[in-house]
Amino acid sequence: MKFERDPERIRNVLGPKVQFIQGDMAVAYGGLLAGCSFFGGYPITPASEVAEGMARLLPRVKGTFIQMEDEIGSIAAVIGAAWGGAKSMTATSGPGFSLMMENYGYAIMTETPCVIANVQRTGPSTGQPTLGAQGDMMQVRWGSHGDMEAIALAPSTVQESLDLTIESFNLSEKYRHPVCLMTDGEVGHLREKVVIPDEEDMPLFERVPATVEKEKFIPFTNSQTRDSKVPDFPTFGTGYRTYVTGLTHNEKGFPATDKQPDHERLITRLVTKISDDREKLTMVEELELEDAEIAFVTYGASARPAESAVAMARQNGIKAGMLRMQLVWPFPRKNVYELSKKVNTIIVPEMNLGQIYHTIKEFSDQGCEVICAPKVGGEMHLPHELYRYLEAKK
Amino acid sequence: MTEIEDANKLREKYLRDGMLPTIFCNGCGHGVSLDYVFWAIEELGLDMDKVAFASGIGCSSRIPGYINADGLHTTHGRALAFATGIKAANPDLNVIVFTGDGDGTGIGGNHFIHAARRNIDLTVILLNNFIYGMTGGQQAPTAPLGSIATTSPYGNIEGAFDICELAQALGAAYVARWPISYPYQPIKSIKEGLQNRGFSLIELMSPCPTAYGRRNRLGKIESLWDWYDDNTILTEEYEKIMAYGTGEEKELVKSKFKIGVFQNITKAGYFEEYEKVIDRLITRDDAAMAKREGSK
Repeated sequence: MKFERDPERIRNVLGPKVQFIQGDMAVAYGGLLAGCSFFGGYPITPASEVAEGMARLLPRVKGTFIQMEDEIGSIAAVIGAAWGGAKSMTATSGPGFSLMMENYGYAIMTETPCVIANVQRTGPSTGQPTLGAQGDMMQVRWGSHGDMEAIALAPSTVQESLDLTIESFNLSEKYRHPVCLMTDGEVGHLREKVVIPDEEDMPLFERVPATVEKEKFIPFTNSQTRDSKVPDFPTFGTGYRTYVTGLTHNEKGFPATDKQPDHERLITRLVTKISDDREKLTMVEELELEDAEIAFVTYGASARPAESAVAMARQNGIKAGMLRMQLVWPFPRKNVYELSKKVNTIIVPEMNLGQIYHTIKEFSDQGCEVICAPKVGGEMHLPHELYRYLEAKK
Repeated sequence: MTEIEDANKLREKYLRDGMLPTIFCNGCGHGVSLDYVFWAIEELGLDMDKVAFASGIGCSSRIPGYINADGLHTTHGRALAFATGIKAANPDLNVIVFTGDGDGTGIGGNHFIHAARRNIDLTVILLNNFIYGMTGGQQAPTAPLGSIATTSPYGNIEGAFDICELAQALGAAYVARWPISYPYQPIKSIKEGLQNRGFSLIELMSPCPTAYGRRNRLGKIESLWDWYDDNTILTEEYEKIMAYGTGEEKELVKSKFKIGVFQNITKAGYFEEYEKVIDRLITRDDAAMAKREGSK
């Protein structure tokens, strides 16, 4: 049975327009609204609720939920479902994300659209299963073997958990690339107000299907119908008889592993189809930066206490501000660089020992001091802890 | 029935242009297995636009590349999980999986167990050459006791995996094993598997003279075919001897590979059952919506 997104049925299933729900549930809501019709997942704290939500909601919109035997099977099924024509997603946490790394690379290599939600918890290893962290931010960029780009978003609220899940689907379809929603156990298990958007307020980017004549279609090269490095998608069963492989392949999809230029050409397209659009992809929120002399640059859960610290600072005459990244990869180099030229100090609060801090430093002007504000152990920064960083530079 | 009577015409119809020659060695059984699958597809008259293949990593997993059809060449051991997803998204597709003994039951063991247990409607062609051929000849889970491989240079001391036994225990709808030296039976079993509504496993014993044969004194191309002849027994024969045979006869057959059709059950596949869940919920929701509309 071919799935058809039914906006009326989706909203009927989701219920009232304004709700009070957990971040995890909001991720499931976002998936449904975006038109997700397949979820393959495996239980893991603190992400299990996403799967549970999907198990209840997906069949009611004629989608398919399946609990797979492990995370590797989950991401594999998600990729298979995408080739079968579905918008598909999974949700996991650190240990599962690590298991998914091989197939994450496979999705990138085969240009498969899909969404992976990582409700981060402390690591390494089993860590603190019920407590949030932001320790996988470099893993999403570099965790799979080989060369690739990454598209990763970080919600700071339950509403954003819904909105950025929809955006994740849009980006995954636009770039034919797995998009990771890097949320965390705090936002994931937090209950907040959420407003379900109307259709006209949530534009969707639908998968561009292959339409060129079968004999003329070239599956793994620039689009033959638009000005884009992203090829049109030949869904299985539509007669294109495409061979999809994780081996280095030529434009026709045939394995081509012997010659250096073939690999370089393929990888260059896979990377630049995303990095070319770095600025178009940038999603940031600016808080009180017009006259700021010192600023937080942060993302996700850490932006919440940072926002409070900015308010405290302003009350005490400190010209503080915040640049909040909603999209962390590809990294918003221009925004960070311009900010670093404007302010004297950048503070980077993260629930890890300093990960995105390094990239921020890399792309900041030499004259700007970039300070790492790490916190590990499953507790968010407290506003006054972050305020102290601002006060110290007064 | 098919009009094609010539294997060359068959290959013209089903092989993918530009992917030949195959990577297979002289004497490899995989090319023969490919022919059997083509015959089965031809005899059933399947629409190749509606067939999707999935495979893992290994020599057997290279087979879909030579077929002119949609194919997903995935990661080592994971083909069944990818195939589950393809089928979930479009249950109208005929999903055929090619895998090997290492890919399917070594690294892929867990996915094999659960795909069979769930009775996902897949047709799994598992080519068992008792070795990891692609990577040069390492020990496989199906390696006979005492056999030599690059990672068991002093002889295998591990028990061998009986894939069909496991599939039967999991309740797989269709389970069969044939050596490729039997031409008609594999074709028939593949057809039966394709027509079955659930998880169908057709294990084909396939010679690998290069990696397995050479190291185990079976290096000549015909040696493994003879070895299959000497070491296999039809399952019905086996049962007969076990029931009525002498002690000596039983001893002789105990260590042979049983071949034939072990299980052939008709039961709804996983996604057929899931469809019923969806229908129940939609009916309930539609009734509730209608009631709300009515009371407005």
